[in-house]
This record gives sequence, C-alpha cells and structure tokens, in this order.
Amino acid sequence: MEEVKIQKPPKKYMNPYLAGVLLGITIILSFFFTREGLGASGAFKRGVAKVEQIIIPAHVESENSAFYHYVKDGKDPLKNRLVYMIIGVFVGGFLSGALNRRLKLKLEHSPKITSRKRAVAAIIGGALFGIGSAFGRGCTSGAGLDGMAVLATSGFVVVGMIFGTGYVIAWFFRKLWI
Amino acid sequence: MGPLFNASDEWSFVIALVIGIAFGYILESAGFSSSRKLAGVFYGYDFVVLQVFFTAAITAAIGLLFFEYFGWIDLSAIWINRFYTGSAILGGAIMGFGFVIGGFCPGTSACASAIGKIDAMLFLGGFVIGVVIFDAFYPLYEKFYKSGNQGPVKIYESLGMNREVFLLIFVAFAIFAFAATAYIQQKVSQKSKKY
Repeated sequence: MEEVKIQKPPKKYMNPYLAGVLLGITIILSFFFTREGLGASGAFKRGVAKVEQIIIPAHVESENSAFYHYVKDGKDPLKNRLVYMIIGVFVGGFLSGALNRRLKLKLEHSPKITSRKRAVAAIIGGALFGIGSAFGRGCTSGAGLDGMAVLATSGFVVVGMIFGTGYVIAWFFRKLWI
Repeated sequence: MGPLFNASDEWSFVIALVIGIAFGYILESAGFSSSRKLAGVFYGYDFVVLQVFFTAAITAAIGLLFFEYFGWIDLSAIWINRFYTGSAILGGAIMGFGFVIGGFCPGTSACASAIGKIDAMLFLGGFVIGVVIFDAFYPLYEKFYKSGNQGPVKIYESLGMNREVFLLIFVAFAIFAFAATAYIQQKVSQKSKKY
C-alpha cells in the first residue's frame, strides 16, 4: 500500500499588534539590561571589519577605513554585543519557522517576475541597504526602531526617509511586486 | 536601577543573545520572513510592517517613560544615536531604495535566511557588498559623513515640544495610521479580487 504523507500547512502569522507589543517589550529589556537597543547591520559591518583585519590590515587599521574605530588598538571587532544579537536573530527566526512549519528552501518572488530577476533585485537592494545603513549609522532596527523608542531625532528622520523615499519610488518598481 | 550593564560588559553579550532570539522569533512569527509581505506596505496590500513597527516603537517609548517614573531606569544613561543631519537624510533615502528594490532590511533578511529564504540570503550577500563599497571609498565622503553633528538630540527638543505632549501626538498619529491602513488594505484587496 502506498503511504500517504499528509503535510500540515504552515500556521498563521501572529497578530501584528501583539507582535508589536512583544517587540516593544524586547526593546525596553535591551535598554534596561545592556544600555543599548536592538541592532542588525552593526554585526555585519563588524564581520566585514574582521575579514579586512585578516586580509588587508593596512587598510582597516588606518584613517582611510570607515571601520578604523572597530579595530583600533588591536581590538577584535567581533567582540561586541551586536554580533551575539544577530546570532540570536538567526536562532530565533529558525525556532519560529520550525514551530510554525515554515522551514523551506525557497526563492520567493512575485509570479510576474522570474527567479533570476528577483535574485538580482535582492542583491542590488541589499547593496543599497549596506551603503545606506552606513551613512544612516544604523538600519531600520538600530537607527530607526531604537531611535524612535528613545525619541531620538535621528530615529524619526531615518524612518521618515526610509518610508518616505519608499513611497515616492514604489510606483517605478511596482513590477517587482504587483 | 537600570541600565544594569554597560554594552561592552560580557554579561551584555549573553543578554544580547537572548534578546536576539526574542527579536528573531517575533519578526518571523509576525511574517517578516517574507519579502512579498514586507513590500506590501508600499503597495497597500499588506501593512504588517507599519503595524508591528509603530506598535513596537510606541510600546517601547511609553514603557521606557514608565520605567523612568518608577525609578527603574536612568534615561540619561542609555545610548541615544547622534543626529548627523545630512548623513542621516541621505542614508535613510538610500535605505528606502534598498527596501523597495530588495524587499528586506538587514534584520528581516537575517530572520528570513534562517527559515531558508534564498532571496534573503542574496540580500544579505548584497548587504555585505554594500558595506565593503562604503568602506572602500570612505575618504571621498568622510567629511560629509561626519558633518552636521547635532549630538544625541531628541525629537521633542528639535520640535520645541514637551516630551509627554509629543508622545501623545505620536500615539494619536499611530492610531490614525492603523485605522487608515486597515481601510486601505481592505479596499486594495477588494479591488484585486475583482480581477
């Protein structure tokens, strides 16, 4: 007899307002315990600094590098809170994916575009985010969300610029999504 | 009284790991592991980004204020990002392009990579390339990057407002945005059903 394998569908997403409150509490606890908030881009910048420290130390250990302060006086750029936090983000994301049956190797894209086009757009978008978050001194979490939580002007300006620019240009890139 | 540890204390590393797990878990649970869901905020078919993001910001801002009232935290001791006018505006604009084109931001792409999204892994690869590019040409814009430093200035100071009044307006604005986006989302999904 043929074995029928019934695969249960993924569970529904959490209510967004509940998720927001839980995320807000996480931010408060982060400030309460560690003096600083959440962050994602910092860990990758530090990762890049670490690789540069190994392969092109003359560059990163000079004023010509944006990451000089990460490695100054023989410091290890990875010995930082944000590096541990991003490891946690991967672990937490994986746990939620596993518990909600969403673990699946997949290149997600609109049915109107090819996987190849989505792949190119993802890389370009990522690169722009890398440059933008360097100028912005943090990304949507570190500069935006933390900034708004502590009512920093920088946070409101960065968030306003990210979403404001997004809405202005969305029409030109609509074919990627709708 | 908080903050209990300095960001560079080793205890902070352990706590950051736990906080990161919560961060990643919540992002994935809310659907931030899907680029199509995230991009919906720009096209009106899914506003989950706005709902989660602003609820989190308000919860944290009000919570931190209460922590201060109860004497649990010294808000003057926590880290406030410095505001470099030009660099923050330019950086935000470039990130806006990155979000619409790439469909992720760094945190969401990390959590989406963790559940196997290949587009998220490519986004992260692109992110690293962007960081390397920024560093490679750093001397060209170093002056701009470091100009216009206004220090750890607060939004209510910039606007010449009382802190509590600003927070009240912020909450009212968010509630209005939640209602408006719920209405738009309903309209857009009705419209797309017709086709």
